[in-house]
Amino acid sequence: MNIPEDRNYAATHEWASEPQDGIVTVGISDFAQDQLGDVVFVELPEVGAAVDAGDAVAVVESVKTASDIYAPLTGTVEEVNDDLEAAPERINEDPYGAGWLFRLRVEGDDGRDELLDADAYRSVCEEEA
Amino acid sequence: MAYTPHTDDDVRRALTTIGVDDVQALFASVPAELRDPSLSLAEPMDEVRLLDHLRDLADADASRGPNFLGGGVRRHFIPAVTRHLTFQSEFVTAYTPYQAEVSQGMLQATFEYQTIMSELTGLPVSNASMYDGASAVAEAALLAMRTTRRERVVASRGVHPETRQVLATYLDALGATLDVVDLGGLATPVPADLADAACLIVQNPNHLGRIENLEPFAEAAHAAGALLVAAVDPISLPLLQAPGEAGADVAAGDGQTLGVPAQYGGPHFGFLVVGERLIRQLPGRLVGQTSDVDGRRGFVLTLQAREQHIRRAKAKSNICSNHQLTALMATVNVAALGPQGLREVATGTVRNAYALADRLEREGFDVVRDGPFFAEFPLRVARDPNDLRRDLHRAGVRAGVPVPVEYGLGPAVLLAATELTRPDEVDALVAALHAVGAGRAEAVR
Amino acid sequence: MSGHDAPLLFERSRAGRRAARPPRVDGPPVEELLAGAALREVAPKLPEVSELDLVRHFTQLAHRQFSIDGNVYPLGSCTMKYNPKVHEDAAMLFADLHPYQDPESAQGILSLLGGLQHDLEVLTGMDEVTLQPAAGAHGELAGMLMIRAYHRAAGEDAQRRIVIVPDAAHGTNPATASMVGYDVVEVPTGPNGEMDVAAFEAALSPEVAAVMLTNPSTLGIFESQIRRIADAAHAVGAQLYYDGANLNAIVGKARPGDMGFDVVHLNLHKTFTTPHGGGGPGTGPVGVKEHLAPYLPAPVLTHGDDGWRWDEDRPRSIGRMRSYYGNVGNLVRAYAYIRTLGLDGLRDVAEKAVLNANYLRVRMAEQGYPSAYDRSCMHEFVARPPEGLRTLDVAKALLDEGMHPMTVYFPLVVKEAMMVEPTETESLESLDAYAEALGRIRELAVADPEAFAAAPRTTPVRRLDEVAAARRPVLRWSPETHEAISGREDEAG
Repeated sequence: MNIPEDRNYAATHEWASEPQDGIVTVGISDFAQDQLGDVVFVELPEVGAAVDAGDAVAVVESVKTASDIYAPLTGTVEEVNDDLEAAPERINEDPYGAGWLFRLRVEGDDGRDELLDADAYRSVCEEEA
Repeated sequence: MAYTPHTDDDVRRALTTIGVDDVQALFASVPAELRDPSLSLAEPMDEVRLLDHLRDLADADASRGPNFLGGGVRRHFIPAVTRHLTFQSEFVTAYTPYQAEVSQGMLQATFEYQTIMSELTGLPVSNASMYDGASAVAEAALLAMRTTRRERVVASRGVHPETRQVLATYLDALGATLDVVDLGGLATPVPADLADAACLIVQNPNHLGRIENLEPFAEAAHAAGALLVAAVDPISLPLLQAPGEAGADVAAGDGQTLGVPAQYGGPHFGFLVVGERLIRQLPGRLVGQTSDVDGRRGFVLTLQAREQHIRRAKAKSNICSNHQLTALMATVNVAALGPQGLREVATGTVRNAYALADRLEREGFDVVRDGPFFAEFPLRVARDPNDLRRDLHRAGVRAGVPVPVEYGLGPAVLLAATELTRPDEVDALVAALHAVGAGRAEAVR
Repeated sequence: MSGHDAPLLFERSRAGRRAARPPRVDGPPVEELLAGAALREVAPKLPEVSELDLVRHFTQLAHRQFSIDGNVYPLGSCTMKYNPKVHEDAAMLFADLHPYQDPESAQGILSLLGGLQHDLEVLTGMDEVTLQPAAGAHGELAGMLMIRAYHRAAGEDAQRRIVIVPDAAHGTNPATASMVGYDVVEVPTGPNGEMDVAAFEAALSPEVAAVMLTNPSTLGIFESQIRRIADAAHAVGAQLYYDGANLNAIVGKARPGDMGFDVVHLNLHKTFTTPHGGGGPGTGPVGVKEHLAPYLPAPVLTHGDDGWRWDEDRPRSIGRMRSYYGNVGNLVRAYAYIRTLGLDGLRDVAEKAVLNANYLRVRMAEQGYPSAYDRSCMHEFVARPPEGLRTLDVAKALLDEGMHPMTVYFPLVVKEAMMVEPTETESLESLDAYAEALGRIRELAVADPEAFAAAPRTTPVRRLDEVAAARRPVLRWSPETHEAISGREDEAG
């Protein structure tokens, strides 16, 4: 199971990168994309939308299921990954890179300590598998 | 009668296998006080008595002879081949094509249906059909609300009254508002106030038969950030500007005129066709083309993750089934007629409708017309429209759908002609109108 | 079933060919008549075929379609029973009636509809029935709108925001509740397959507007605590909604009205055997207890001195659900069914449906497909595949046996669920054959796992690429479509 150490995770399987100039990138984990199967469509939030940690802000669809994606942190949507519209398979192929979903502008470090580190997230996955 | 195949031996064998003494034991989880209540239903009939009984009922009704009834449902040509091909038992007794490998017949026919509806409406994406025209228009309004995130719907009074009633029911469920634009004459004026509107709904031809010019509505709707929903009669589309050509975002309507019998109002089917950008908001089933593991072309239900069986409380709509068999009937019928035959149906309808209106005017009746119309037009009458319709029926003619008071025409009825209307039927109608005192123009005005 | 490639209508098309010809109508050019109207610029590209081309096309498509008339079709919760042929003849008798003809000229059909309403009232134990909704889910919407109107009239609409459904419920239940603006709370299934009544009672509060139940449930188990459930729901002022999808198990033998339900929708295409038609038209009448009757959809069929007529003057009605009065063609079929079976015949339906389900449950368990709950079932049951096998693969292997799979992966509360509903019209021989086919499949999976995983091989097409279909949807034919698809194959190859 690929769980990079350089980011944090929500128990609902989203990852959030370290902030850079107040911007956090969000995607779903390798475990999540594997459970979903082939992703066929992604519904992304609107740029400029204010979101609270825990809000359902995006939907990732595979053929037989659709999963809500929850904002791991509170902030404002700065950018979304438009490439996924034409190539949703990037979420399966490269969940931690080209398959990112959206970027949030966050204030300070609020809520980050609620998220899991790689080890803690690994045990969440092991429980669910 | 019974359709259960079990012999006494079968029942014994089954009970032995299951390990219970009698069938009633299998109902043990139903509390005893609820079980086998004393009920009374009519004594069962055998097949012969059933058909005699039903024929007696059917014979009491008028279903033959001159028919000038309209109001959205009309008698059009349905060749014998349409019914025979549609009601093949493989189509009639199939379920929803969830197992695509053994459902290619219905799936392919649905793909063909989607293509036909797309061609007729001039919009690219049709779903696999809806319940009826009214609920299709209501779903179109909900789709517009999701897309624009607005909660006000504006509809022309020219939209069929029952469609507007259904729309009101659906919108009330969500706490949204419905505003109605009055007609100017028989046509809809372009509404000035579309601010905050999710969509404008215009019916063409409208409920009074008048042809509307859709383009100005598309421009006005788009200028206000709203969608234009065109509620159209599909049999008019070989002639009239297609919704897509006019700039409409959504086309919806009832498919009865495309080759489904009237059946006292159902089942028909509804259609819903949208522009490319609205695919993900489209409710209901969709069939898509793909290929199998050997590279062969095949068809599947697709984009199902929008639907209730997966999204449950977050689905775009609770709609589960469609009206597959009646949509298939229209598909077969369109193919039976072909583009030329379909155009002949539309042309024959217009010619007979104009000939009827002209004849009635020559006879001195008060036809209401202020521009082009398709199959139907209003006739002002000197009597209560419901009584008039009853007396026309007694005189052997089915005609005279009352025009609702909301149109402000005074006592009036709709008359419809189609390509099937014969000159002798027109004579019968004229004679009946005279006989029941429908009233000449000077008496009516 | 035919394995030949089937060209699309559009690919069979040759310019100038035609089949049926409408009567010729002479007259002036329509452009002249319709002066001032916006006319079509581009003619629709529709298929041009001869009548025999057309017949061959749709006959070949029929041969590529599985059906009840072809073989056993035990889809759980779908009630795929035999659709009697005489019903088709019956429906044709009323095909040319117009919804707006004078009621005096339609007394025959109206008395039939009145009779059907009465029969459904008797069978459900409800006070009034509307025949208007076009399908089960449509009936659900009507039912939930009536419940909301009732709470509104009591001034409790703002307070009652929650609808409770069991976790095994059909997807339409939560979807309908949310369409009416309610929040959905799910209650878990207990270890015996019935709804966890303690959890249910804990979820109840004065905020609950309604409880939606299917009984027997989608697990094929009768909620034996139904009276307690009903009393508890009513004690907090909630309404009890009956999803009639599984009425076939108890038709004539027990009534939702007696159980305490306030609203019932029926799927006439299930219990009352109107044909499924490949996915519709369905028909979803709704029955209500007296306190909800003022809210029924308008118009309502009434009988008075002037015979049968439609009453549009219903000030407290939720309004119309659809145009006209309902799917009358199907209502005629359902009426014919009830009137030919009578009460004893309908009870026999329920008893044989339950007998067949239990027989197949035992026979499938013998073949290594155990039930999810170790108890007798009603009209259907949920089984699991043998250890290590996937339900999807078993389903596809059944297709090679010429049999239709059960409902798969539903209800969601059972992993690898196989939901089986044989219905009363199957013979024991056909159920034996089904169980034996499942036994052969189990052996095949062990003996030749590759062949097992590659099923189906004998169907008109084999496993289809649903991912490609959803990622880049091709939803209609166009001359370019075929090239695009070929291009994709080249890419993949």
